Amino acid sequence: MVPITVRSLNGTRKEEFAATIRAVAAEVAAAHADEVDRDARFPHEAIDALRETQALSALVPRSLGGGGVPLGAIAQACHDLARGCSATAMVFAMHQIQVGTIVRHLEPGSWFETYLHELQADQRLIASATSEIGTGGDMGRSIAAVTPAREGRFTLEKQAPTVSYGAHSDDILTTLRRSPEAEQSDQVMVLHRTSETELEPAGGWDTIGMRGTCSPGFVLRAEFGPEQILGARFATMMTETIVPLSHILWSHVWLGIATEAFERGRAFVRAAAKRSRGEPVPAAHQLSRVMAELTMFRSEVGGALAEFIRQSDAPGREPLSTLASVLRFNNLKLAASEQAPRVCQAVLECIGIMAYKNDSPYGVGRQLRDSLSARLMVANERLNAIDAGLLMLAKEV
Amino acid sequence: MTDPIRAQIRQVLADHARLPTDAASLPDGADLFQAGMTSHASVNVMLALEDAFDIEFPDAMLRRSAFESIDAIAAAIGEIALQAA
Repeated sequence: MVPITVRSLNGTRKEEFAATIRAVAAEVAAAHADEVDRDARFPHEAIDALRETQALSALVPRSLGGGGVPLGAIAQACHDLARGCSATAMVFAMHQIQVGTIVRHLEPGSWFETYLHELQADQRLIASATSEIGTGGDMGRSIAAVTPAREGRFTLEKQAPTVSYGAHSDDILTTLRRSPEAEQSDQVMVLHRTSETELEPAGGWDTIGMRGTCSPGFVLRAEFGPEQILGARFATMMTETIVPLSHILWSHVWLGIATEAFERGRAFVRAAAKRSRGEPVPAAHQLSRVMAELTMFRSEVGGALAEFIRQSDAPGREPLSTLASVLRFNNLKLAASEQAPRVCQAVLECIGIMAYKNDSPYGVGRQLRDSLSARLMVANERLNAIDAGLLMLAKEV
Repeated sequence: MTDPIRAQIRQVLADHARLPTDAASLPDGADLFQAGMTSHASVNVMLALEDAFDIEFPDAMLRRSAFESIDAIAAAIGEIALQAA
């Protein structure tokens, strides 16, 4: 592993966290990104480096043993990591969504508080299994159920079509029906140890992009205790945290990917300008249009983050449960997931063949391929279908 | 069950909530989402309620909790009626 000169995060501030993440992104994540992509393998060097700096518990409040790093800095970290390696950034983002869900919805005094201390001490990586075969991509429904077993314990068996980094995780947060008798929409989340889970592979992960997230399907079988069931209603967690936070952190990852592509374009036009001093550089004109789109992209992602933080601070997180808010964060995802590949492709056209080549310093192939996943992870068509219903009800958009 | 507003809500639910159980037998306080109403169906319920009661739910009221039971819906409708009065 590349040695990195970073200090432990304990007791350090936001700026130090940001500097640490940038060092991991540049020195570790970027260094292995091409290999991770080529071999479709897990970015374990970068994730280990993040563990070393205690970044996996950064979002946990200090009162629960974590780093107490504010959400804004976590979002920025997703962006900065994506500059180096999209897969590392997406794994980090998804983990933070799981951590955020637990932190925001645990019951005080519950087992989850003990768990968060353990997360900090062991820098445990949490995956999630929310999608399920047979629900048509609707996270708000489950077929697999919390099933009573011997001695007050429970079991689960779930057919999950994609579990990102499931085989590389320490724990998995899984949605299930509350009981075998419950309706599909009556769901809870269960945190079970990967070491106590049977992961029966169901398909591979040889994809166009985001290859290092290692997200094949699995049949999951696990046993767990009642304390491992997150008590809050899944529907509440989904509205107040999982959906908006996912859209915000994913968008930061996509923005980071697009920014990296843009910066390669900028390096190219600078080199061209130096060669032909005084002469106009046509590629720079094209790139200036890309910059305008990237600027819009950046402000919309930043605006959504600020709004989420503001809405979260309101009593009972009331604004987050309105349909207007659902629309707002769906629209962020729709826009960002279309802008990221558009920026990458526009940069490709500015640079030309030197961006099309994989072995060129100006190559943007990996960024373009990785960004194509954005429209598919929670398919935009599904979000459009939800929005189509809501726009008839919501009065202010 | 003699409450006409709740009876009308129940009719809207029977027509649009696509519950696996009979809406007529649902207790007023029962959680509709636990009873199997999906998010998609809840949107149709809200639209149908606006139509049936000739009202418009303001954005601040358009939240899951306002539609989670027959009682909650009746309270929301009552609140709009008060504002209109």
